[in-house]
Amino acid sequence: MDFREEILRSAYETAERIAPSVVEGRATVPLCSWHERLDDIMTSAALGFPIMLVLLAGILWLTIRGANYPSDVLASGFSKLETFLAATLEHARAPGWLGSMLLYGIYRTTAWVVSVMLPPMAIFFPIFTLLENLGYLPRVAFNLDNLFKRVGAHGKQALTMCMGFGCNAAGVVSCRVIDCYRERLMAILTNNFIPCNGRFPLLIILATLFFGETTNVDGPTTNGPIRTAVVNARISPDGASVHSPAVITVAGLIIFGVLVTFFVSWFLARTFLRGVPSGFALEIPPYRLPQIGKILVKSLLDRTLIVLVRAVTIAAPAGAVVWILANTATSEAPGSPSLLSSAAALLEPIGRVLGMDGFILMGFLLGLPANEIVLPITLMGYLSAGTLIKVEGLQTLRLILVKQQGWTWTTALSVMLFSLLHYPCGTTLFTIWKETGSVKWTVLAAVIPLAVACTACFTFNQIVKLFL
Amino acid sequence: MLAIGYYIGGEAMSILPLASLPVGREATVRYVSPDAPSYRRILDLGLVGGTKVKVIRSSPFGDPRAYLVRGAVVALRREDAQAIMVEVTDE
Repeated sequence: MDFREEILRSAYETAERIAPSVVEGRATVPLCSWHERLDDIMTSAALGFPIMLVLLAGILWLTIRGANYPSDVLASGFSKLETFLAATLEHARAPGWLGSMLLYGIYRTTAWVVSVMLPPMAIFFPIFTLLENLGYLPRVAFNLDNLFKRVGAHGKQALTMCMGFGCNAAGVVSCRVIDCYRERLMAILTNNFIPCNGRFPLLIILATLFFGETTNVDGPTTNGPIRTAVVNARISPDGASVHSPAVITVAGLIIFGVLVTFFVSWFLARTFLRGVPSGFALEIPPYRLPQIGKILVKSLLDRTLIVLVRAVTIAAPAGAVVWILANTATSEAPGSPSLLSSAAALLEPIGRVLGMDGFILMGFLLGLPANEIVLPITLMGYLSAGTLIKVEGLQTLRLILVKQQGWTWTTALSVMLFSLLHYPCGTTLFTIWKETGSVKWTVLAAVIPLAVACTACFTFNQIVKLFL
Repeated sequence: MLAIGYYIGGEAMSILPLASLPVGREATVRYVSPDAPSYRRILDLGLVGGTKVKVIRSSPFGDPRAYLVRGAVVALRREDAQAIMVEVTDE
């Protein structure tokens, strides 16, 4: 007998001897029958997976739908504050360029990120924490472990992927639940393939514009300067903009992202992260009644607030950079293109090969700090406007994209694919660096998804060319 | 099924890997092979010689399965359960 087992066996024997004399009540709690019956349903071959999918769809629906109103409120609040700030800057006689950069660069970008990101996170994380508190998540890992085992990954990766739906940075942090270093890295490197709340708006808008019906999609228009396409088009108040073809497109993309996760995990297990798959010994706690108060405090403070603070500290400087690029002309001649436009012209050939264009790629490049600003930056380039612009409703957006820039459904799907796969946002990369403490893995966490995204977009466009 | 049957004091005993124990059956752990992928974790969970263990259910794919150990439910992959030898007393 192994000495380690001998040590633990004697420890348990001693504990068993002491326990009855000092512990009151039953030493072991018998399994409750309703727990058993619930588990029979939750982990059954027939219903286990459907229940998981329905719950996932339900959470997404609640998040997308519920975030709309608070997003609007925040956006209009920020726009009022902007008017006040503009007056203050004028009163302080700040130089014109400084005022513009502070207000239209830093302030608007930050306000955009907060108003688009905060509401979904404030809804998604508490619901997710609720499921965690109920004890449902270990059942998900239990159900899915077999699939992860086949690609050489850990069953708990299912949990970190779920977290990724809220925010990839939070998803990466949650990889700490995986004890084995090799499999934890695998989960960290593939978390990006789950679209986070920052990317959902883009997926939903484009799916609605190009794959759904777009009648009655215009939300109420207000005149706040940061009321933008993203906020406006998220979902119209009655939810009418989410038509089934659009929902199917988004759901299809999510499923594709999950398949890519499995494929890349499989690839990593055979290249960078070779090794013996570790075991899987997961405690399945009994179901518990959730403590609502604790859930709210824990999810809002631990998750939402931390993620938000990180996003804002990155969005603010990014806003300044974007503003400078869009407002610096390449030569002194009047009407010469801005740095943003000329950089986009450079990227044009690469963009074309991937089914997109230079401005879209600039959007993705400059959107590195936060995925929420990819679409607005692209639009800024298209319209050669100096700041994140206001597009009122989907019809305006459709006019710009389809009529002026010649987007087709293949352009839209290429952008959606690229957004789904490309590279983690700056916040997530920073978190990966913090979690792994390694530059190598941080670089790989960006390079592998980029390679996958380029391959997917290129292949997709070649196939389309072949058949159309 | 890998099972070795033998008799002690006229009572039918059989030793087999936990992975081969059918759902719903209970047995006593005799030995945990250090080759188990999660050897340390298994011991930490209290699966040591002499511990009673019951197979509660299996996941939709049949692997992993859930076991009742010392009042707690623990999920183990097949590779781990294969390394835990248990003894069943025929009733």
